[in-house]
Amino acid sequence: MGNIGDNERFGAMPDDTGHFGAFGGRFVSETLMAALGELEREYAKLKNDPEFNRQFQDDLANYVGRPSPLYFAERLTEAVGGATILLKREDLNHTGAHKINNCIGQALLAKHMGKPRVIAETGAGQHGVAAATVAARFGLECHVYMGSDDIERQSLNVYRMKLLGAEVVPVTSGSRTLKDALSEAMRDWVTNIDNTYYIIGTVAGPHPYPMLVRDFQAVIGQETKAQCQRMFGRLPDMLIACVGGGSNAMGMFYPFLEDTDVRLIGVEPAGKGLETGLHAAPLSRGEVGVLHGNRTYLMQNSDGQVLPTSSISAGLDYPAVGPEHAWLKDIERAEYVAVDDEEAVDACRRLNRLEGILPALESAHAVAYAIKIAATMSRDEIVVINLSGRGDKDIPTLAEIDGISL
Amino acid sequence: MSRIEGCFSRLADDGRKALVTYIVAGDPSIEKTIDIMHAMVANGVSMIELGMPFTDPEAEGPVIQLSQERALVNGVTLQDVLSVVAGFREQDDETPIVLMGYVNPVEHMGYDAFASAAADAGVDGTIIVNLPPEEGELLDQSLIAAGIDPVYLLAPTTTEARARMIFSRARGFAYYVSLKGTTGASTLNVSEVGARLEVLRPLGDLPIAVGFGIKNGKSAREVADAGADGVVIGAAVVGLIESCQNEPDRITDVVGGFIREVREALDG
Repeated sequence: MGNIGDNERFGAMPDDTGHFGAFGGRFVSETLMAALGELEREYAKLKNDPEFNRQFQDDLANYVGRPSPLYFAERLTEAVGGATILLKREDLNHTGAHKINNCIGQALLAKHMGKPRVIAETGAGQHGVAAATVAARFGLECHVYMGSDDIERQSLNVYRMKLLGAEVVPVTSGSRTLKDALSEAMRDWVTNIDNTYYIIGTVAGPHPYPMLVRDFQAVIGQETKAQCQRMFGRLPDMLIACVGGGSNAMGMFYPFLEDTDVRLIGVEPAGKGLETGLHAAPLSRGEVGVLHGNRTYLMQNSDGQVLPTSSISAGLDYPAVGPEHAWLKDIERAEYVAVDDEEAVDACRRLNRLEGILPALESAHAVAYAIKIAATMSRDEIVVINLSGRGDKDIPTLAEIDGISL
Repeated sequence: MSRIEGCFSRLADDGRKALVTYIVAGDPSIEKTIDIMHAMVANGVSMIELGMPFTDPEAEGPVIQLSQERALVNGVTLQDVLSVVAGFREQDDETPIVLMGYVNPVEHMGYDAFASAAADAGVDGTIIVNLPPEEGELLDQSLIAAGIDPVYLLAPTTTEARARMIFSRARGFAYYVSLKGTTGASTLNVSEVGARLEVLRPLGDLPIAVGFGIKNGKSAREVADAGADGVVIGAAVVGLIESCQNEPDRITDVVGGFIREVREALDG
């Protein structure tokens, strides 16, 4: 990691034009430019506003239940027989994943901007549930866009959103998954821009979204830093998080960017295997391109068309990735690896048996890689896994693999 | 004088408005697209926007999304789009052609390679929907060096300061998006368009074409009377092409007849 000369760069990213080096930016139709400019200005004002910060912190503490524990996974550590493994328990947040942190922040923004209606896209349904939850909490009308294929594989979350009063809109265009839900949410936004706030669920989209979602999720890394100092008197050696769009990883990594002794590892979904092409790992196998408002690594064919993706985890099933991850890869501050469906499912079961913690299949990708790399390390080294969500929603998928119909 | 400039100035001399139509290259096929282009010109179209299909067309309504999906199922590549233009140019060296699409396929080909191949094929301008001027400087350099006009969009939400900047960057003409929404939406408000055109007009000296939500001769005429130099019809034409999927031989007649009606409404 010695090639990072000026750590001040980290705090300054993105630059004034919303770029992380060559990545990021604002690639949207003209109709959205004014709204993005307004959002950027409002956020710049509010992020240092004491009252806004008090409201955000208050809801994180009393509504989400933060800080989330940093848990020493003793039996997993013993079983792996290498590094000391800790779990950052984002699965214990209200609604069961890290997604709520960002939704609280953005719903507060929507309130301050006087928008009575919010929209969101969702893959696994975790962000959709979090958005529907904060919409109920703040009294906002909520529409959630979800690919029709994902609606079938995540029926529990779909019903949960409806119970919260949200309207779930099936998206039947394109590949009928997360990327198409995002496109459809952008179409809704352009149509209803006067009264609608778009709560993007990950560190992607046009500037300022990658920045503000990261900032709202950075509480994960900030807490981890303080908790690790308290427990061990030092920082961890390695942070591991799964990466779809990359919000839980970015939230964990960001406060550590200048601590260059801490290795940052993002785990992409290798699906049925990187060599099969049936995966969702743009940082591992993609090329630079432009999708959903930003320049980043993208799974695309030789004609610049976006490729279909494959992952057992609907929440990671996305052909692009947040632009800050693309930048961190290029400057070699973070490393990106991939774990396939089978390894993720095995890790999910193993953590459940050893620790009584059922991780989401998304987070299980991070667990799988942690098990592999921790085995090569020593007990005095500390590995923190961001356990970004709980696996209740994935029980039907696990049962199906076991040939059990519930 | 470029084809686009010539087109607008000839029409202005005659006191007529430009009729611009949008179709997607390769729907229902490469060959048919060329036939449709000729049929549209024969019935009074002044300029053609040729859609470059993309897997994720964020600004399009359902009709144009489906047309792009059909073109992609047909295996249409950016190279194929350019070959449509070259094929059209074998018989028509006058009608301006503007490619409309999304930046990723263009960027994947490479800005310089795209600009020179497009110029060779006979392309006159480009509208890259998700490339605002702030992100478009490099592509503009390549296009202008190749003699192609970068056309930029103006929207109902565009501030006056931005509009000045956009006019200073656009060439050929500016495209005013008539409504907040996607292509083919049905929320067109003509008096609002007229009021906006009055505000925009003094901010630049390019012709202004108005599109999104114009569906027939009547709405075309209303928008023209509201002060547009040209009207763009997209989803309505693409919808006709879709309706003829099972009878491709009828497409040129059906589209040609529709265009004739719109042209008559505009001229009448």
